[in-house]
Amino acid sequence: MASLKELRSRIASVKSTQKITSAMKMVAAAKLKRAQEQAEASRPYAARMARMLGSLASGSRGGQGPKLLSGTGKQDVHLLVVATADRGLCGAFNANIAREARRDIERLKAEGKTVKVLCIGRKGRDALRRGHADVIIDTLEDVSKPRPSFEKSDEIAQRLLAMYDEGEFDVCTLYYAQFKSAISQIVTRQQLVPFAAPEAEATGDEAQAVENKGMVYDYEPDEETILAELLPRNLAVQVFNALLENNAGEQGARMTAMDNATRNAGEMNKKLTLLYNRTRQAAITKELIEIVSAKEAM
Amino acid sequence: MAEQKVEFELVSPEKLLLSQAVDMVVVPGGDGDFGVLPRHAPMISTVRPGVISVYEERRAVSQRLFVSGGFAEVTPERCTVLAVEAEPLEEIDRAATEQALKNAREDVADAKSEHDKAVAAKRVNVLEAKLDALSRAN
Repeated sequence: MASLKELRSRIASVKSTQKITSAMKMVAAAKLKRAQEQAEASRPYAARMARMLGSLASGSRGGQGPKLLSGTGKQDVHLLVVATADRGLCGAFNANIAREARRDIERLKAEGKTVKVLCIGRKGRDALRRGHADVIIDTLEDVSKPRPSFEKSDEIAQRLLAMYDEGEFDVCTLYYAQFKSAISQIVTRQQLVPFAAPEAEATGDEAQAVENKGMVYDYEPDEETILAELLPRNLAVQVFNALLENNAGEQGARMTAMDNATRNAGEMNKKLTLLYNRTRQAAITKELIEIVSAKEAM
Repeated sequence: MAEQKVEFELVSPEKLLLSQAVDMVVVPGGDGDFGVLPRHAPMISTVRPGVISVYEERRAVSQRLFVSGGFAEVTPERCTVLAVEAEPLEEIDRAATEQALKNAREDVADAKSEHDKAVAAKRVNVLEAKLDALSRAN
């Protein structure tokens, strides 16, 4: 059995861990509120952008269209943009995204495709480096610091566009976790290039989608010009959206994880204290018996 | 027929800036300004840097907002503007804008690559339009 001194120091360490986790939980909760507001505020833009692109894309189908819309005609080189958090201690948040990406890397490799990975966030890189270090072309760190900004997302989008123009990939997919609530983030796989119209349901209003189907738009100045501007912009918006969702998701996941940790520490503390008191009592009883029996022997 | 309104929405990547029913909006389109009244023909247009005027209560301009470009989607009931940046005209700081314009012009001169130059030149364009809008409003 552990000695009293050992138990005392265990209890002290569990208590201080509990203090740290509960502080982290509080911080995450405060950050979550902001991040969530930001993520929700950006949703209308992304949704309307998608709607607009959807109607444009369906209108110009059959025609040649820009390369971003129609693709390169090949599917040989896949670029996976894996957006995760920079920091850990947020439950399975990073692991879930990384697992999804890894599964796809393995699948694509098995199909004989060339895979390239661009990591946004340190934790994704750390997870994928084991086993797939050869395919990671770069890692962007601290993108969402102090908070996700549209400029940063635009930079990432510009970089993707430059790579696409150079013919460095054929298909680009973005991995991130969509924020549902503090306890649920859904790993989402979104194809960025070539543009894939999201289902009507994803934009939130089905009635709208139906209404839009029958509508024929006038384009000013013309379809190609608009598409040429809209498509790169959409890329930046999607990246921005992913960063925001991730940011909110990360804080949510951290809050939940730290809440659990705090609770577990409390439980452990209770158990250890009980054990400590028992041991103490046992020691006292033992001493008493020793004294009494010593007396009797005299 | 009951009086119809246009559901006008102005969104930037950060947030939904404005969402209200209005009588008319004038949007600076890529090929010239256009006004949107109820039952406008469906249209998608680019937006150049300029001022969006919102008309409520018949012919009275209730709000002016500067947008630095983006896209507009018009349907018979709605008008949605996806702006890059947008701010109400009265909130623009003239001195700060002039300073920013000066910096942007210097950036054009100092630009090392074609890409940097194009970015800076675009910035100059936007800021010039902003100043222009300001001086016209006053």
